[in-house]
Amino acid sequence: MQPGTLRSRAVVLALMAPLLLFLLFFFAVPLFTMMKSAVSDPVASQALPQTAAAIRGWDKAGPPSPEITAAFVADIRNIEDDELFGDLVRRLNSAKAGFRTLMAKTRTAARETDGAVDLVSVDARWGDVAFWQAVASAAASPITDRNLLAALDLKRDAAGRIEVIPPERSANRATFMRTFWVSAVVTLACVLIGLPFAMVAASVQGWKRQLLLGAVLLPLWTSLLVRTAAWFILLQDNGPINSALMWLGVTESPIPMIFNRVGVIIAMTHVLLPFMVLPIFSVLIGIPKNLMPAAASLGAHPIRAFWRVLLPLSMRGVVSGSLLVFMTAIGYYITPELIGGAKDQMISSVIAYYAMGAANWGMAGALGLILLLATIILYTVYIRFSSEEEVRR
Amino acid sequence: MRPLGLLKGGFAALVVFFLIAPLIAILPLAFTDSVFLNYPIPHFSFRWFVELFTTDVWRRSIVNSLIVGSAATVLATVLGTLGALALRGKRMSFFFAAIRTVFLLPMVVPAVVLGVGMQLIFARWGLANSYLGVIIAHTVVGVPFVVVNVLAVLQSIDVRLEHAAASLGASPPTTLWQVTLPLALPGIVSGAVFAFATSLDEVVLTLFVAGPNQRTLARQMFSTIRENISPAIAAAAFVFIAGTILLALVLNLVQKARGASRPA
Repeated sequence: MQPGTLRSRAVVLALMAPLLLFLLFFFAVPLFTMMKSAVSDPVASQALPQTAAAIRGWDKAGPPSPEITAAFVADIRNIEDDELFGDLVRRLNSAKAGFRTLMAKTRTAARETDGAVDLVSVDARWGDVAFWQAVASAAASPITDRNLLAALDLKRDAAGRIEVIPPERSANRATFMRTFWVSAVVTLACVLIGLPFAMVAASVQGWKRQLLLGAVLLPLWTSLLVRTAAWFILLQDNGPINSALMWLGVTESPIPMIFNRVGVIIAMTHVLLPFMVLPIFSVLIGIPKNLMPAAASLGAHPIRAFWRVLLPLSMRGVVSGSLLVFMTAIGYYITPELIGGAKDQMISSVIAYYAMGAANWGMAGALGLILLLATIILYTVYIRFSSEEEVRR
Repeated sequence: MRPLGLLKGGFAALVVFFLIAPLIAILPLAFTDSVFLNYPIPHFSFRWFVELFTTDVWRRSIVNSLIVGSAATVLATVLGTLGALALRGKRMSFFFAAIRTVFLLPMVVPAVVLGVGMQLIFARWGLANSYLGVIIAHTVVGVPFVVVNVLAVLQSIDVRLEHAAASLGASPPTTLWQVTLPLALPGIVSGAVFAFATSLDEVVLTLFVAGPNQRTLARQMFSTIRENISPAIAAAAFVFIAGTILLALVLNLVQKARGASRPA
């Protein structure tokens, strides 16, 4: 095949097309849908189509015109779906408290007649412009930053300014901080164990190296669920680790290690350790064998040679491995979900709760978007870093 | 140097123990006759294997895993091999590097994030709670492994072999079918094995897109650990590990064959 000819280009495109299309439909579109659900706000525009059209001309200061109130009454009358009505009430109530009772009253009144309804006589609150402002803002825009703000424990006050939600009412920031903290501790644990282990593995030959590498690869090959189940068994209050500790007299009563932070960190370190060892190992075996003897022959003490020669050279592997471990850790779901307690849930569990438990795809999407952004940023750094390495070689 | 060597050996042994012991510790529990998943084992028994292969939920989940795993493997292998062929030898240009990154991205995106999106869009497309939906989801996460493995083998094929075939009059499709693909077969098989293993182990996407009828073995293990842990888990883990060793043997054989067929 001649490179660059039209025909070979067509062949390449034809080969590429099936996978690209597949990933477009079943990978890109789902991610896009997830992001869209984070910012879209279809409730009001679906429930209040006439109001949305009528309220556009309103100056948002004076009382609403009769056309607006008539359109609003007609919309309310037309909502058959109780679920949609409930969503609308929630949406309005989150903008201004008091809509819950107000909307129930208004709906009853609107359904009693087919003609015009004097809203202010139904409830005096309709005389308050603030309630109409809430209706206007809900009906006007199909997109909202409410979920994204809520994902960071922020909200807009009545005047539209961004303010912080007190921590006792929203825990998303705390969950993000916990996710990053646990991931950082796991990454550090992986460096502390993985770096010396990779150094030992690189310094030996033959069956010893095979054994050490095999020990790293075997867990990588074993199902994540099997590994998590194994830790579940080992860490139980009456499990082998506690039995051994009590038999040795280290402790009188079982040390709680499951359904808490300790268990999550131990199990995640075990699961992610191979991702640290392998990049460091591959960097180390690329280092010329005679560097350390050279340092020694120039009079460097072994510790000094280690500190000044081997450690700096292995840093690339450590950075690659750390990025890989940290990136994987922040998206982890299964291990913290099964080994952790209620206070150790990472952000993935919260996303899963919103999507599957609460059917709140707006919040699931917003939290997912932030997690996705964090992952993509880390991955970009990782790619930059490893391609730089390729060029240098 | 002696104490340093001892220190090194001791440390390495400890880490190997940390890595391997948990995997070994779970295996004997598959043969307990107790209802508790704990040591000591009162009596040796096969009751949990019987439970695994005769109870409806477990048997069904094993069958589901095999159905979904095979279908996803075939799909991922075909799509991934085509994609790898398209990327072959084009690593330097920016465009192809970008495409390659796109092909590998499903490995990077957190499963929960992808799961939320799939749940939403699959419901709209009528794929929610269907075998096809689960198969597609598993294919998406399996494809990168095929691309990586096939690409690695393609990179190592001697282009002169294909040039020779072409100079002897073989058309490009014939060359692809008769020369390139047979040479790439070890990579294709490794990729397929990885895709199958990924599907077997997939839980998160399955939670989001599968209905009760598509419960896979991994999904069933997940809810058993979460809700009412029993030694059936250890039996399932035993089956899993045995399967893994089998797959590793297949892979090893393939790589041996590859080493033998490689021109000296």
